[in-house]
Amino acid sequence: MTQRNRLASGGQINRDETLKFMFDGKSYQGHAGDTLASALLANGVRLMGRSFKYHRPRGVLTAGSEEPNALVELRGGSRQEPNTRATTAELYHGLLAKSQNRLGSLRFDLLSINDRLSNFLTAGFYYKTFMWPAAFWEKLYEPVIRHAAGLGSLSLKDDPDVYDKGFLHCDLLIIGAGPAGLAAALTAGRAGADVIIADEDFRMGGRLNSETFALGDNSGADWAAATVAELQSLSNVRVMPRTTIIGAFDHGIYGAVERISDHLKTPQEGKPRQILWRIYTRQTILAGGATERPIAFENNDRPGIMLASALRTYANRFAVAADRRVAIFTNNDDGHRTASDLHAKGVKISAVVDVRADAPRSLDYEVLHGEVIDTKGRLGLTFAEVRLADGSTRTLECGALGLSGGWNPNVHLTCHQRGRPTWNDDLAAFVPGSDLPAGMTVAGAANGDMSTTGALQGGRNAALSVLDLDNAPLDLPAAEDAPVVIKPFWYVEGCSRAWLDQQNDVTVKDVKLSHQEGFRSVEHLKRYTTLGMATDQGKTSNMGGLAIMAELAGKSIPEVGTTIFRPPYTPTAIGAFGGRHRGQEFHPTRLTPSHKWATEQGAEFVEVGNWLRAQWFPRAGEKTWRESVDREVLATRASVGVCDVTTLGKVDVQGTDAADFLNKIYCNGFAKLAVGKTRYGLMLREDGIAMDDGTAARLAEDHFVVTTTTANALPVYRHMEFVRQCLFPDMDVQLISTTEAWAQYAVAGPNSRRVLEKIVDQDISNDAFPFMACANITVCGGLRARLFRISFSGELAYEIAVPTEYGDALMRRIMQAGAEFDITPYGTEALGVMRIEKGHAAGNELNGTTTAQNLGMGRMVSKKKDSIGSTLSEREGLNRDDDLRQVGIKPVNPEKAVPAGAHLMAMGGPVDAAHDQGYVTSACYSPNLGHAIALGFLKNGSERMGERMRLVSPLTNVETEVEIVSAHFIDPEGERLRA
Amino acid sequence: MIIQHPLLGPRDAAEFTYMGDAKLIDRPDWQSETAAQDFYAYGYLRDNPAGWHKELWFHEAGDRSWLVVTRNTVTHEISEVALARDVARARGRSK
Amino acid sequence: MHDLKPVTALGGSEPRVDTFAHVTLSENDGLVLASVAARLGQEDRCHSVIAKMLGAVPGPGQAVLHDPETGFWMGPDQWMISAPKTSHPLLADDLKQRFGDAASITEQTGAWACFDLQGPGMVDVSERLCAAPVRRMQAGDAQRTVIHQLGCFVIRGADADHLRILGPRASAGTLHHALVTAAQSTA
Repeated sequence: MTQRNRLASGGQINRDETLKFMFDGKSYQGHAGDTLASALLANGVRLMGRSFKYHRPRGVLTAGSEEPNALVELRGGSRQEPNTRATTAELYHGLLAKSQNRLGSLRFDLLSINDRLSNFLTAGFYYKTFMWPAAFWEKLYEPVIRHAAGLGSLSLKDDPDVYDKGFLHCDLLIIGAGPAGLAAALTAGRAGADVIIADEDFRMGGRLNSETFALGDNSGADWAAATVAELQSLSNVRVMPRTTIIGAFDHGIYGAVERISDHLKTPQEGKPRQILWRIYTRQTILAGGATERPIAFENNDRPGIMLASALRTYANRFAVAADRRVAIFTNNDDGHRTASDLHAKGVKISAVVDVRADAPRSLDYEVLHGEVIDTKGRLGLTFAEVRLADGSTRTLECGALGLSGGWNPNVHLTCHQRGRPTWNDDLAAFVPGSDLPAGMTVAGAANGDMSTTGALQGGRNAALSVLDLDNAPLDLPAAEDAPVVIKPFWYVEGCSRAWLDQQNDVTVKDVKLSHQEGFRSVEHLKRYTTLGMATDQGKTSNMGGLAIMAELAGKSIPEVGTTIFRPPYTPTAIGAFGGRHRGQEFHPTRLTPSHKWATEQGAEFVEVGNWLRAQWFPRAGEKTWRESVDREVLATRASVGVCDVTTLGKVDVQGTDAADFLNKIYCNGFAKLAVGKTRYGLMLREDGIAMDDGTAARLAEDHFVVTTTTANALPVYRHMEFVRQCLFPDMDVQLISTTEAWAQYAVAGPNSRRVLEKIVDQDISNDAFPFMACANITVCGGLRARLFRISFSGELAYEIAVPTEYGDALMRRIMQAGAEFDITPYGTEALGVMRIEKGHAAGNELNGTTTAQNLGMGRMVSKKKDSIGSTLSEREGLNRDDDLRQVGIKPVNPEKAVPAGAHLMAMGGPVDAAHDQGYVTSACYSPNLGHAIALGFLKNGSERMGERMRLVSPLTNVETEVEIVSAHFIDPEGERLRA
Repeated sequence: MIIQHPLLGPRDAAEFTYMGDAKLIDRPDWQSETAAQDFYAYGYLRDNPAGWHKELWFHEAGDRSWLVVTRNTVTHEISEVALARDVARARGRSK
Repeated sequence: MHDLKPVTALGGSEPRVDTFAHVTLSENDGLVLASVAARLGQEDRCHSVIAKMLGAVPGPGQAVLHDPETGFWMGPDQWMISAPKTSHPLLADDLKQRFGDAASITEQTGAWACFDLQGPGMVDVSERLCAAPVRRMQAGDAQRTVIHQLGCFVIRGADADHLRILGPRASAGTLHHALVTAAQSTA
């Protein structure tokens, strides 16, 4: 029989639209407007999953996002999503869902043996049982537990969907679109305020959709629909259904997840599945409603036992009777509403069991004064055992049992900034405290105003108040205004296997055990028992645990206090946090001006920061990268090579105090640098450690171009601005980054001048343009350019720069001009080899631990002027003779490699940290020398030239005999540079 | 967090880079007789209060201003934001 | 005249145009850019040159959409001036002449990729890109913001449906990808 529990009429479903779906391989039908849970219940399916630890049969407990039990694996293949709440999953045609956490079928779960072993599986079981022997944990216990525990399973495939991030700004954010939220939105919207109203449900209206109350002449649902329609017509109001506010952050920033495509089988082409919004708002009205809580008693977790309000939602909103025979167990008047609503829809009410002697009576069904003490039904509820006030017992036949233990205002978002809720005796619940996040006002049930009238008025008044409006003309419809009448009642005396947290299988017995074992803080209770630590964060369970803990400790509930509420409010997909930043788009890619050309040459690329740089340019027949790199190095030193060095940071420094400014940021002097000259500069941190190095070219008296290393461009610029703005605010100096404004190429090698002479329009002979010269020039008949005669390779070399848009053309022109000299493009590997051969320090040497002294540049630190780091670099500890000095290292046996990271030890001495003499920072094979070479730091290194040492790398099992040599392997006198 | 930029108004703290104690503005005189001690204190001795703190924030994804932000490190409340350049001048820094 | 051919920020010989139902995204290759930073103590002189050139001095968060030069505020005492490439091929040199020693001028054309986003969906697209309150910004509002981790300027144009986006040129491809996916996402 299809949809045997669907009521003949009513509900906010579209009966004309029938949707087919599959659950555990079986086909069912539901309607548009259903959730998976309501559709399953309509089809008489109560058993929806197995519990986490004991594998107990479980059904749905709630009708909302607080659901702990009815978690399914939704969809299949790469879109399979575990732990999806059936109560919030919108039904769509072709929906596919599987129950989870079972071994075998849902009806005959082989792991339900755990339930029989429950005496051993109480709180702290894992801590106590799997402690010993230690080796068993990794090999035996953990794999077994991992296999048996856990909820749903991952597809282990890439998520094919995309997620967006977005940013919204408003004057007023309204969280929740129940009666309070809608009244607030209508008030603010009509007054012209810039409003966002968000609700996690796909149908706005909150409890108005679940109740039968009238609002004026309309049903609550109709009033909600009409109000939403009006709000949608206002251009100043953004109405966001399917949007959960997941966190309240500092200063009016809220996180929101909008589910764009979760209700579709697959997202539309190009559309995201979800959007993670960051909402900036001046004011917020939290109208998040309240959550009903259950009552604990023996075997209170059978499928069919659910919140009384959920039964009402299924009946009124979805036209579903969870069963044709229903009982209610309540401690307050609200529970009776479920009985009267269901009775009116023709559902048989077995009885209403109320713990209060003065409970309201009914002519339509029996109201019993007593408690439900146990239930029966292996895979679903069949009977409830009731103990009446006089001590006698009765058995009620029922397929569903509604529990109403009172309502908890949804205070979560009020606590995200460490706010503490306060206890309200009348409601027997926590309500928002006075320490709300700045700009937040709470209205409606979230604020403890539990009647519809209270919610409508609370919402309207909150909007008037936060927007400072004079009595806006919003007439509220007449609505119910019943007071909350409740007798606090948390659990039935004498129960033990009575579930508090159904998702983590925490029972009353576990809480008692935790108390018995000395856990007194509510935070300890939580962690020891795992109460409230599941994906539902204890929305339906925490209060019960607190109440029992308070009773055992002889304290009041507010004295025990709550655990801290943290974002996200409901589980949020990691994909939403990642947004578009994944795979290739994880971070931005920076391309050099010659990238297209390099790609055409078949270059291999390497990521340097966000840059993609050519690493080497393989040629036909070259089998290893070393062959390519060796060729590039040899060809450059023999004739000429070209390399894109655009990635180096460039900062334009101008102003009448520009030279004084450079004197501050560099430890060496710049005041006397002539116009048209370039100088190497070493930048120290204030503590004397080397920060970065580069060159400064003086293009005019008041104009320098400073370069930084590729990786440090950003931090160095930040540091320069710090020095300018915070330390020397009256210097006339202006800074701007020009890293990407210029395409810059190094042209290096003995033939570099001959190549460039064919390109530049000026005389660049050695006399006209000597070593370290710089100038604004033109190239190719008039294009503005810059030329620097600087060398990283140690060869006669230039760096030539043109505006970036001409970079591609210039590289092609250089290659053309250099053809007669067999010009060779080289990548970062050859660049690295040549600088090691030349003994130039780079990032491996300027590694955040080394000083100018370590780098052999101690004498560069000018003592005649103040510069950043100059004072502290004079500290005794940084100026010891036996301190590390940069040296060159070569293997005694030229066949041997010299691994970077290896440490230097004395010959014949012990190999341990206490006898460490230094380490290798950069190593390569030198094709010019025909053996491996390296740079490194060695204690008192400059005095130890020629010494033989052991180079050891215990991790890679390498030990090599090496000789300490000068770091300048090639052209130590620098003759080539000046040629 | 939102930082009220003195020139640009409210800006998301995500646009800023944090550097810590604004006392870094008070760089000692290198020619003082106690320069070594002073720089040691400047470089290494900082307060780390749970409460109000004057901090340096750099508007890296904005106008590249260094700001002095007076912020409560416990509540994240911000009571005052000023351009560091103005603060530095007011504290006697010049060239 | 030199004979080197420039390429666009996306690497093409012609600027790229992507058309969607609700917006058109155009690579704008026709602008030259240069920054102007007032010299210390010369702020007034600098302001008067800017005012003479643009008609007004752009304040914080503002652009002056003057023709042919446009200027926007980058930071304290610092502005970016842009002009059509055809009429101002050597903008930085021109500005040096105009400002003399009142300001430091820096060539910036090659540093930026420029995209024009125009159409009824412009605001919706921008909300998926950056925290700048584009919906609330008025014509001539200019803010530095972050798009896909990239520091960018967004400028509301004179047309209510036009947003100009300047981003770092080396990452033009990443920026373009972000703009296109946001456009597809909101189409």
